[in-house]
Amino acid sequence: MAGNAKSRSKSEADAEPAVPAFTKDQELRAYREMLLIRRFEEKAGQMYGMGLIGGFCHLYIGQEAVVVGVSMAARPSDQTITSYRDHGHMLACGLDPKGVMAELTGRRGGLSKGKGGSMHMFSKEKNFFGGHGIVGAQVSLGTGLAFANRYRENDSVSLTYFGDGAANQGQVYESFNMAELWKLPVIFIIENNRYAMGTSVARSSALTEFWKRGMAFNMPGEAVDGMDVRAVKAATERALEWCRAGQGPYILEMQTYRYRGHSMSDPAKYRSKEEVQKMREEHDPIEQVRARLLAGGVSEDELKKIDAAVRSIVSEAAEFATQDPEPDPSELYTDILL
Amino acid sequence: MPTNILMPALSPTMEEGTLAKWLKAEGDTIKSGDVIAEIETDKATMEVEAVDEGVLAKILVPAGAENVKVNTPIAVIAGEGEDASAATAPAAAPAAAPVAEAPASAPSVPAAPKTSAPPETPEFPADSPMVSMTVREALRDAMAEEMRRDDTVFVMGEEVAEYQGAYKITQGLLQEFGARRVVDTPITEHGFAGLAVGAAMSGLKPIVEFMTFNFAMQAIDHIINSAAKTLYMSGGQMGASIVFRGPNGAAARVGAQHSQDYAAWYSQIPGLKVIAPYSAADAKGLLKAAIRDPNPIVFLENEILYGQSFDVPRLDDFVLPIGKARIARAGDHVTIVSFAIGMTYALKAAEALAEEGINAEVIDLRTIRPMDVETVVRSVMKTGRCVTVEEGWPQSGVGAEISAQIMTEAFDYLDAPVIRICGKDVPMPYAANLEKLALPNVGEVVAAAKAVCYR
Ligand SMILES: Cc1ncc(C[n+]2csc(CCOP(=O)(O)OP(=O)(O)O)c2C)c(N)n1
Ligand SMILES: [Mg+2]
Repeated sequence: MAGNAKSRSKSEADAEPAVPAFTKDQELRAYREMLLIRRFEEKAGQMYGMGLIGGFCHLYIGQEAVVVGVSMAARPSDQTITSYRDHGHMLACGLDPKGVMAELTGRRGGLSKGKGGSMHMFSKEKNFFGGHGIVGAQVSLGTGLAFANRYRENDSVSLTYFGDGAANQGQVYESFNMAELWKLPVIFIIENNRYAMGTSVARSSALTEFWKRGMAFNMPGEAVDGMDVRAVKAATERALEWCRAGQGPYILEMQTYRYRGHSMSDPAKYRSKEEVQKMREEHDPIEQVRARLLAGGVSEDELKKIDAAVRSIVSEAAEFATQDPEPDPSELYTDILL
Repeated sequence: MPTNILMPALSPTMEEGTLAKWLKAEGDTIKSGDVIAEIETDKATMEVEAVDEGVLAKILVPAGAENVKVNTPIAVIAGEGEDASAATAPAAAPAAAPVAEAPASAPSVPAAPKTSAPPETPEFPADSPMVSMTVREALRDAMAEEMRRDDTVFVMGEEVAEYQGAYKITQGLLQEFGARRVVDTPITEHGFAGLAVGAAMSGLKPIVEFMTFNFAMQAIDHIINSAAKTLYMSGGQMGASIVFRGPNGAAARVGAQHSQDYAAWYSQIPGLKVIAPYSAADAKGLLKAAIRDPNPIVFLENEILYGQSFDVPRLDDFVLPIGKARIARAGDHVTIVSFAIGMTYALKAAEALAEEGINAEVIDLRTIRPMDVETVVRSVMKTGRCVTVEEGWPQSGVGAEISAQIMTEAFDYLDAPVIRICGKDVPMPYAANLEKLALPNVGEVVAAAKAVCYR
């Protein structure tokens, strides 16, 4: 097994694997889903500004290709679990934007009846296991989802997302060890957006190549261009195949970038405007797909139609989340124990 | 239609701010994501990004303006070829959240539901045959019976399988159920507690054995944040049916880091049930109930009690109600409330008191959360006096909670202040004499009972 695992790891000398092309339908799907997340998040930011969303609100803008690429490779029976930066993951799981937005505004129609908030949302129906506010907690929990898959002998895979900052938590390595020891079907998806709040990976991590972090456990890993939805999907397919074949866990380091501050109240003074601008102009995941679609003969008009449709979904969600009443006070004491 | 850009709230506490700088001028084209202005909040200088696209038709609040209230219109964006003048109308005030009920002058907090203890029915037929067994055997049998009954129940922890349990509680389980369901873990409390909660969230019923609860401090984040709070945070969609169990409190001569009672800690957490049995019958009946319960449960055992024998009803399926105290000895002069190993002091003290003509009623809480306050209060209404006994520390301890409950529910019935007998307010010392001093003793309980009886 050792040799096999090693051979799956990308070494620096390896050539970049060629990114397989998408069909037009795949491009359109990726475009639509990423755009939905982008517009949803922009709207959430705006609603935060209006005081409709309280507390912390962590936007996913810039990272859309990661969840969309993964979801294009995964099955509905695979489980998803992530951190507080979870709105995009929920949309990619197919959850109703109204329910997500209404949870952000703390209304009764929110996915958690308004009792979870933006950082703590769940959907049993869509196999979405949260939404976790404690950095790194979802890594052990996600490993447990994989444990349950193996226990039940089904072929579902746990898609466990966490950040570059979370990657320095001790429980991550406790989980890596058990996952490899017991050959659990879990993909550890490290969303390396280069910062944990104001701390760059270089200032926090002795080894910044996160895909290598499984080596002490003999766990394979790859670095992936997380701004290219095609690369994300292709890598996820490889990892899923590995997991479903019973070979154990797999690390995907998604190299990505968040455009906005860590949360709405972060002025992001720890990086230069030029750095952000460069990512936006040269690597934007949505613009990449858009450019390919246009080059492939899809008309501006067709894309405008998609844009309009997405905007209207988001407006409806915002409208619902604004008008829906707050939870009934009697909800204070429900859902504590079964 | 032209749209107003409003002064945004850019922190959880911001109410107003300074419009420090405009980065776009009237007439500029704006794409969503463009930074249009800088705002100084109560905490920092923040950039404002545009969400809507169009032309910056009009700036309503000039750069440098201070104390601009959140949600004041600061500029107007118009679509291509639109007239901006239409939009300078007063701002769309943010739709205030429709309130669920007509606002009362002061927001009324709904009453907390009373957790009433299960009804007073005999817990097993009076003529049930009894068998003597140790607490250790009772716990093992409880797990084995539940594992036979339900394939989703499994046990995991350090040394639970091949070694047969560090304290031999899981003896024989590996042989009967195999390595799939009796899982030896690495020494990785934080990780395996989280893993088990994840498995529980997906519908399995894990029993997590902590070699002792002292080590569960590394896992307490998952017990509280991941297990206890998820049902609430998910609006009732998913919880965790899971039992965290293992020896709790002081063993003997193992020093400060291995001798802590966590009953009070866990008992504070909504979303958890906390059980701390004394007898073998309670250990068996309550562990079976805990495994079946759909909620996360902290099940606190005691190493010193493991080897003690008690009568246990020999029934096919002996399950006890969670949340019900047991009157271990009836009396009418003073109520002594305790649980777990505290019961050994309480019962011995009651015997000693009887010799002096004081009839103590001894209540074994058995479940710390939800606490059977009703049974305690009923007893105190009869005796007018109460002493609590626990090995844990006094401040914010279980005895402190009982005292507060009695004061609220039975103040007029009290003939004396409640006295708490607790572990001393020190880390557990190692030296034999000091350790003895740090723990409660029978003499202290007797003295306290006499004191509240003014004898
Ligand atoms: C255990 C814990 N420590 C600290 C925090 C505060 N905190 C919230 S997010 C965060 C940064 C995490 O960064 P990263 O894992 O890279 O994820 P990203 O926010 O970039 O998605 C910190 C320190 C927390 N929520 N939990
Ligand atoms: Mg990060």
